[in-house]
Amino acid sequence: MQLVSWAISDALQMTKRNLLVWVRVPAYIAFTVVQPVIFVLLFRYVFGGAIKVAVPGGYVNYLMPGIIGQTAAFASFATAIALAEGMKQGVIDRLRSLPMARSAVLAGRLIADAIRMLITLLVIVAVGYAVGFRFNNGPGAAIGMILLAELFGIVVCCVSGYIGLAIKDQEAVQAFGLIWLFPLTFVSSAFVQTNTMPSWLQAFADNQPVTQVIDAMRAMATGVGPIGTPLWHGLAWLAGILLIFAPLGVRAYRKG
Amino acid sequence: MSSPPAILVEGLRKSFGSVQALSGIDFQVAPGSVIGLLGPNGAGKTTAVRILTTLLRPDGGRALVEGYDVVHQAAQVRRFIGLAGQATAIQIELTGRENLEIIGRLHHLPRDEVRRRTVRLLERFELMDAADRPARTFSGGMQRRLDLAATLIGEPTVLFLDEPTTGLDPRARNGTWEIVRELAAEGTTILLTTQYMDEADALAGGIIVIDHGRVIAEGTPDELKDRAGGDVLEFTVSDRTRSADALRAVAGLNGAEPSADEASGRIRINVGGQGSRAVVEAVRRLDAAGIETEGVSLRRPSLDDVFLALTGHQAEHEERGPRRRGRTPQQPPVEA
Repeated sequence: MQLVSWAISDALQMTKRNLLVWVRVPAYIAFTVVQPVIFVLLFRYVFGGAIKVAVPGGYVNYLMPGIIGQTAAFASFATAIALAEGMKQGVIDRLRSLPMARSAVLAGRLIADAIRMLITLLVIVAVGYAVGFRFNNGPGAAIGMILLAELFGIVVCCVSGYIGLAIKDQEAVQAFGLIWLFPLTFVSSAFVQTNTMPSWLQAFADNQPVTQVIDAMRAMATGVGPIGTPLWHGLAWLAGILLIFAPLGVRAYRKG
Repeated sequence: MSSPPAILVEGLRKSFGSVQALSGIDFQVAPGSVIGLLGPNGAGKTTAVRILTTLLRPDGGRALVEGYDVVHQAAQVRRFIGLAGQATAIQIELTGRENLEIIGRLHHLPRDEVRRRTVRLLERFELMDAADRPARTFSGGMQRRLDLAATLIGEPTVLFLDEPTTGLDPRARNGTWEIVRELAAEGTTILLTTQYMDEADALAGGIIVIDHGRVIAEGTPDELKDRAGGDVLEFTVSDRTRSADALRAVAGLNGAEPSADEASGRIRINVGGQGSRAVVEAVRRLDAAGIETEGVSLRRPSLDDVFLALTGHQAEHEERGPRRRGRTPQQPPVEA
């Protein structure tokens, strides 16, 4: 029983440590928040006029769930980098030689990143409201959308976390470690309706997890389109990805 | 050994793919002693330390720290050890105090005990003034001290220092040596790995020499230096064509045979404990033969000398990495 209480307190210590690090470096905060804000403005104002969508309230209501999903996904960059850096610098070595609970480093990482991500998502929603976005499906669905985005982000963090632990080099991670996120987020329903893509691209877009998740989020936010199908597909994808990458991440961490 | 050893290693083996890092090493460390694990890059020192600190699982053999098996009782081992690796493992965004307190809490110590120990360590390592500044603002030496402090907050009984002074300037080096001596005086068992004979000499009561994953010698620093032939006299012949004459001139000095390094043109000969007398005798002989020399120096045996004596070849240096790892272990010359 003491082991469990230690596991919890150790995970909280690590969470506190990770959040302190995040707060202390202005660049991290800026990067986490500024980039999605730029995307909102870019797509809303620069591209928005050219992209036609069949959604009440116009493109901005179509766009925001996509941006929110993308923000959640890219927030995992920091997870990968922090873990890669930790492995390289010997910080994780030091932690692994302590009598702390073995789950605490990864748990603390995920919890801290989940908190950070939630704050970021709320900021982006606020920015969305400032440029005309509105939830059209009632408060329950709005909260559900944010929770789904959060869950999506956490699963992506598990994947990038594993990559960070495996690559162990912060610069390599930044250069190509997360390059797979780009086709997944862009070739999806995040910014445009997939039926505007050439058929071969559309085949990819329609069947990949990001599209499912964002379709579900969009249906929750706008009230247009079915929630059930994309939601269950999305959750199934996320569960499968988690089942594969969480153990991989733990193994990479243990091997040190 | 009357009481059980603090560290016991038997037949430890570890390979990474096709590379055999450890081929079966055995040694013991008595409680309260300081033992130096001496060897060149790639010898297996860090691998051994990582196994002993439960970071790595061996392929074979066993190791006990404070009587606990590092593989099967790893959790207990971690309560007694401290590890300072080659890179400082501090979180630079956090303050000195925060760094120590977080590690302290991860030792499952109560909050006020953590605070007490943190203050004591900050004072001991002269970091009190900087305690509440981010570690990023610390000088390199301060970061090192903070790193050492972090290893001590759990009050370990067995301390592992992996190349503690590689890459440090002489002042920081001496500072680290002082701290190690203090800890040894307090009864902490210390296992330090190093490439530097003078460091092992200065700090360790016993030395274990390893190369290519094997123990090739054990003994006190003096015993090893004697086996290496004692002090080394070196000089360069100004006129290279006279190298052969120079070798003949100093042959038999102290009963030893000189050797010449083709590349640098330097000639060396072990002179045992003869020291200054050997220098005088060598200069006299060379002068009598009309040979001009440069850079006559007398120095204590280096790791290379020890290896030359023990294995018949120089300590092979693995790839020279960035400055912190690639320094050739040269000994400072002794005043002749």
